[in-house]
Amino acid sequence: MLGIVGTVPSETFPLTTGEITLVGDQIRINDAFVAVSRGTPALMAAAAAVSEILGQPPPVAYLIGDIGLGKGSRHLYKFLTEYLPHSPLQTLTFHYLQPIIHWHERLQNSIKTITPKPCLIADAGFMYVAKMSGQSSLYDLFTPDIGELAFLADEEAPHPFYTRGFILHDENRVSELIARAYEHNNAARFLLVKGKKDYLASRDGILEMIDRPAEEALEAMGGTGDTLTGIVSALIDSGIMIEEASVMAMTINRLAGHFANPSPASQVMDIVRHIPRALTDVMKRKDTAVVQKCQKTTSRFTPIRRSSK
Amino acid sequence: MALFDFFKGKKEGAPAAIFGKADRGILVFENTSEVIQAENILQREGWQIRVMGPPPEILKGCDLVIEFPLIEELNIVRTLGSEKIPPLDVVPVTSPLLQPVDLFHIKDYGRYLMVRAANMKLTVEKETERIVNVSGGGCPDIPYLAYELVGKTLSEAPSPRTIGHTLCGYALQLAYEEVQRQCSV
Repeated sequence: MLGIVGTVPSETFPLTTGEITLVGDQIRINDAFVAVSRGTPALMAAAAAVSEILGQPPPVAYLIGDIGLGKGSRHLYKFLTEYLPHSPLQTLTFHYLQPIIHWHERLQNSIKTITPKPCLIADAGFMYVAKMSGQSSLYDLFTPDIGELAFLADEEAPHPFYTRGFILHDENRVSELIARAYEHNNAARFLLVKGKKDYLASRDGILEMIDRPAEEALEAMGGTGDTLTGIVSALIDSGIMIEEASVMAMTINRLAGHFANPSPASQVMDIVRHIPRALTDVMKRKDTAVVQKCQKTTSRFTPIRRSSK
Repeated sequence: MALFDFFKGKKEGAPAAIFGKADRGILVFENTSEVIQAENILQREGWQIRVMGPPPEILKGCDLVIEFPLIEELNIVRTLGSEKIPPLDVVPVTSPLLQPVDLFHIKDYGRYLMVRAANMKLTVEKETERIVNVSGGGCPDIPYLAYELVGKTLSEAPSPRTIGHTLCGYALQLAYEEVQRQCSV
């Protein structure tokens, strides 16, 4: 079962847990409906769309309102610290939470008691706090964009806001930034770097690169990284190995973006609507280069199955 | 000098430190929102201050601190106390403070213009100056800021610094100011 942890931009939205379903342009959790604009709802919508197509149980939300003051995030951290040791989750994706170091450490202490250890995925604020805490290596997958990769590569920056200028956000230096992030133990076991080109990397360097189809406008759209993290989370939870799931997710997100025919003013729901078609397309095209790449990847690298978590 | 004026200053050439290292202290607050309020008050009163990153020993998470001339500690703390926003702590600076990023990346899509500052991107339609997208960031005020900004023109939209609470919100303010600057030339 996939659990997704995050926030919505509201001061009054209560702590809400429950299965996520996609209903029109909204996600539904129990009786609560949340618009899919960007952020955690976009991640949840993408994961729910993938889970449904794969015939998997719906992902489970751990969602609360927070407008940046951290009040909701603290409440959610506290709840999870007490709840997670008793949860049946196989995969846990952490997203928009206020980065608070001492709460991250408490939460990690709680997660360490779960047997078997769930697959841990972090993006956005929770990836920031994992790096701030010096505990990136406890995670299985980070999903940074190029600016966030530069932050991971800067061993002194506690937040992307402080990334030093000499570590430029330059796609031509992705390989160097990845190496530097691993050198200082500021990366998860795998990195899925989102950008003009998407990369899958590990401590061994870049494993795969996907740059087709290419839609320039996607960089400006809020939420396209969130959908990618949602897609890869649902694929991993379905039992697909991280490497293969990442390559599939990069392709599915790009295809969905391509099907949306986006402009820089497009909104993320335009992409979410096309995820089922893109996923079906990737799954059907067993003889395409994409799937061949996946097969090549799984044979080239040590399989990482549930037992390795 | 506002934090964002400081960034503009940096763009034109890195300024020398305002104060000598031995003369500086930092004001520590509960959260970034209080830092922004204190910054506004101290600038209004004419103090020479600047907003910086905290030293590692007091880093809690998504933090900013205010650097100030240590010799003015008593007056500054009194000013903040009278405004009901006393700092949690006052600490002498003993090591270099983190500098916020000051580089912008600008992408012209023809009809649209996107500016990236740190991890935040803001896109406007050039003809109408309507904000069409906010992207990037990881702190929880970003979806809130996006909700408040997208669909409004630059003149209608609230400034991110007035409703944001985090470092990502600060970065979005930088992008917002750079977009304004780009649209005015």
